[in-house]
Amino acid sequence: MEQIYDLLVLGGGPAGLAAGMYGARARMKTAIIEKGRPGGQAATTEDLENYPGFGRGTTGPGLTQAMADHAQSFGAEFIKDTIVSLDLQSSPKKVVGRKGEYLGKALIYALGAEPRMLRVPGEGKLRGKGVSYCATCDADLFEELEVAVVGSGDAAIEEAEYLSKFADLVSIIVIHEEGKVDANQVSFERAQQNPKLKWIWNSIVKSVNGEELVESITLKNIQTGEENNYPVNGVFIFIGTVPITEVLPEQVQVNPQGYIITDEKMATSVEGVFAAGDVRVKYLRQVVTAASDGAIAAVAAEKYVHETELWEKEVLKAQKPVLVAYYNPTDMTGTEKVGIVDRFVRANNDRFSLVKVDATRNELVGRRYNINLDRLPMLHVFVNGEIKQEVAEINDDSLEAISKSL
Amino acid sequence: MIEVNKDNFENEVLQASGVVMVDWWGPKCERCLELMPHVEELASKYRGQIKFCSVDTSGNRRLAIGQKVLGLPAILFYKDGQKIDEISGQEIAPEDIEAKLKQFIK
Repeated sequence: MEQIYDLLVLGGGPAGLAAGMYGARARMKTAIIEKGRPGGQAATTEDLENYPGFGRGTTGPGLTQAMADHAQSFGAEFIKDTIVSLDLQSSPKKVVGRKGEYLGKALIYALGAEPRMLRVPGEGKLRGKGVSYCATCDADLFEELEVAVVGSGDAAIEEAEYLSKFADLVSIIVIHEEGKVDANQVSFERAQQNPKLKWIWNSIVKSVNGEELVESITLKNIQTGEENNYPVNGVFIFIGTVPITEVLPEQVQVNPQGYIITDEKMATSVEGVFAAGDVRVKYLRQVVTAASDGAIAAVAAEKYVHETELWEKEVLKAQKPVLVAYYNPTDMTGTEKVGIVDRFVRANNDRFSLVKVDATRNELVGRRYNINLDRLPMLHVFVNGEIKQEVAEINDDSLEAISKSL
Repeated sequence: MIEVNKDNFENEVLQASGVVMVDWWGPKCERCLELMPHVEELASKYRGQIKFCSVDTSGNRRLAIGQKVLGLPAILFYKDGQKIDEISGQEIAPEDIEAKLKQFIK
């Protein structure tokens, strides 16, 4: 028989690694599926100095390797495979990889994001021939050469600084007017002190030119409309990211940009499916927020798995009809009414069983059966896993009616 | 796998007879390091049918640029001193390399 994981984490970036660590530490049978080496985008950043507690001298590959080791030390399994498709409707949920199929009771989708392309002529053809999206990978090839960096966000400015350790000149192509960048002010101020960086404002790239290697880029000044040919040996493009959602089924809700919509517990629109890290709609995409997402998602997933199993055993697969009493523990009159149900079931324990659910805390049930928290307590009668009756007014008469009808 | 550098590239790759595959990598290129064990596996699987070489670009930058390699990882194929094919970029999969190898082994 195929083994079933409690938690399958898709993606081995900081979000996935943190989720794997939390999941495994909570004694869930946890596996992290990653196609390559763990670390995600963070592993392609050389200097990583803003993860709390790990200051100057920390590297992306170093920090993410430590995260992977940490997850493994608690028993998280690493599966090296490329995910091809997902079946979220089946129970357990199914992940289809190139090498095999994996089953999980809960799923955390943490496949991250990838660099956005400029989509200009020459960009695709000259990829690897001077067009790059990864400064750490390719920077040292540009020693003594001149390169352009496109973009003005945190990644663009920080990678431009890194490139300036190798290249003779790094021209930063910024779409905004002079002095305005999307990056944080600290990075911008530091970059302005760097004599190897040259700032080209109000400009966009119209094309990347060259036969076999990049020879120049065509720049357009958006204020004057003027175009000019700007000689460079390389172009590094950092104009944001796009979420990796090729394998994400349609039933998972995304925003217009394609990022996965979650609530604050990282739950997606599909029960038992959580999302964490860069692939999610969020304000700040950093290693620390990815790790935080992963932790939350794992805790929420654990609760989900626990609640589902309990519900299945005590309600859906119960032999006798089950009275499910939903209540709010802070409401005294409500809990007293649950007491009536308690006495009724005890007097008829050959015919019924009782499950009490704190509807303010049990998300699974609230979500599955649409329980209105303003109308507690209430009662459901389950027979063979299905709701047979709903009772809004709990009293001796309504309980007697149930007894007669079954 | 033969470690090739700027001094023996001419001899080991360009002067060699038959097809030569060269894996261009760098110590800072995570994807290259990830790919490396797979490339080594392919090298032992197809031993004797194709010559396998690798170049650490960090000490051989001019050689790389001379061979039009400006992005890592890059896998280039040579025959009789001529470059006949190449695949490059972050998303190279071991399967892609093997597909090319099969194409050249007849």
